Amino acid sequence: MRVGVAGSKESNDCLVTVKESNETKIVIESVVAAFFYDQIKATVEETLKEMEIENVSVTVEDKGALDYTIKSRLISAIKRMTLDV
Amino acid sequence: MINSVNRFIPDNLIAYQGSDEYKNKKRILIDKKQKQLKTVFLNSIEEAFDLYNIKSEMCLSFHHHLRNGDFVIQKVCEVIKERDLKNLHFAPSSIFPSYTNIVDLIKTGNITDIHTNYLNGPVAKTISEGNLSGKLIMNTHGGRARLIESGDLKINIAFIACPVVDKLGNGTGSYGKSACGTLGYAISDLEYADVVILVTDTIVEKIEHKQIDGSYVDAVIQINQIGDSNGIISGTTKLTKDPIGLKIAKECSMILKELGVIKNGFSMQTGAGKTSLAVVKYIRDIMIEDGIKGSFASGGITASYVQMLEENLFDKLYDVQCFDLEAVESYHKNKNHLAMSASQYGNPFENNTVASRLSFVVLGAAEIDLDFNVNVTTDSMGYLIGGSGGHADIAHEADLTIVISPLIKSRIPLIKDEVMTVTTPGCDIDMLITERGIAINPNRLDLLEKLKNSHFPLVSIKELYDITHKITGVPKKILKSSEIIGYVEYRDGSFIDCIYKI
Repeated sequence: MRVGVAGSKESNDCLVTVKESNETKIVIESVVAAFFYDQIKATVEETLKEMEIENVSVTVEDKGALDYTIKSRLISAIKRMTLDV
Repeated sequence: MINSVNRFIPDNLIAYQGSDEYKNKKRILIDKKQKQLKTVFLNSIEEAFDLYNIKSEMCLSFHHHLRNGDFVIQKVCEVIKERDLKNLHFAPSSIFPSYTNIVDLIKTGNITDIHTNYLNGPVAKTISEGNLSGKLIMNTHGGRARLIESGDLKINIAFIACPVVDKLGNGTGSYGKSACGTLGYAISDLEYADVVILVTDTIVEKIEHKQIDGSYVDAVIQINQIGDSNGIISGTTKLTKDPIGLKIAKECSMILKELGVIKNGFSMQTGAGKTSLAVVKYIRDIMIEDGIKGSFASGGITASYVQMLEENLFDKLYDVQCFDLEAVESYHKNKNHLAMSASQYGNPFENNTVASRLSFVVLGAAEIDLDFNVNVTTDSMGYLIGGSGGHADIAHEADLTIVISPLIKSRIPLIKDEVMTVTTPGCDIDMLITERGIAINPNRLDLLEKLKNSHFPLVSIKELYDITHKITGVPKKILKSSEIIGYVEYRDGSFIDCIYKI
């Protein structure tokens, strides 16, 4: 199975892990979930749509990253998944 | 009813009506405790429990000068657990993460009520989750002194960890194997508790410069070790490398210079955080460059202030508690590094307090709202993470009160419509300095006037709020529970906010 990882668990960053899957699945664990869960999910969904990616499992372990950080970590993780194997 | 910062306060309590209200009240002083002719020396904490019949329902007090390295409160908790004393009222001046035994005693109902000025770590968490069966009352450092001297908080037994004690029961924290420096927060307890017990690990023949007057001391207990001095080191001793923190610190020092408050004879206080340390460094640079000498710095003294005292940039340091080992050593050897009690520091009813003589203070904030009300008691979820300490005391008393903070901490905006908990009222905050602009409290027309033609980026606090939301998105509102677990008591004894269960 192909996997891509990007980011870190430092404050203000996030660790994004993407894996090939039979369906699109998004899991978000965030220290600011109470305030921003919906926004983080929307950012992930929009980025996948822009990249025309389907059937991936995305896990975001978020330490308070801003949307542009989440988006760039996700793009890197997907590119690593696609290129590596 | 609703108090003057728009917070609900139950009708049986006095609602906060303004930070100058205390001026309309009379100071209440109960009699100080009877002086002792003889101090007894004991070999164990258990012996003291027997001798003074320490029992359920009593109020026990402690100080926090050994901070995260305190063993005394832990050991007293062990004896309480063994004897299963119930419904105790604890009044430590602060509670640190290492005071874990308190957690067990709260859960089993041995401790049911707590007065303190600051708490974080496991005790804070368990109280936030609603495990304290009575109430938590959060005070200010000056407010705690007022509370004790007025008899509003009656302490039955004061356990005072004291690094060195002499044969007459006099004490000092300035040396010894568990040295912690000044013991400013213990002085009210010493003078007003029914029974005063010093707990020490070092007994000497005679102390030259005592801070604890043995004539108030009933008993001295000698144990192996009262604490670990390394545990007193507060957070960091290095200044921040964070470019945002440095920018804010630099801006803060430049504003102070522009306002002309860094001048001969000025006085100041800051916190001990990384950014505050950077502010101190920049102020030092200005003082050296412009040849300025200040009258005093106060606090929580840290190594950077010790350096400035030794460089003759300040005449004196007034120290209520030492924040690091350099400060402890300086208090021991520098005659102008002076101890002050919590009352001399910030009791609203004390004459000529150190707080009231401050030219300016630089403070932090966990949250601030559009009316400049500051929260340093809870986080944005409502978990207890701290408390006023001296925040509300010096914010009110100093001529100029500045809050410095980045606008965003891990995506969470600093500026809120409403802070989770009001610790310090907005009327006492004059200026907010952030990385994207400076907001001056509209009440301070004089400051606005002085800075209007300067190059500083002056904006309204609402503009800063809007800028933040453009970056972070708008955070979802958190609904507080309706269950009150405690109160924030303002320094004059009125109530400024409630604390709610998570």
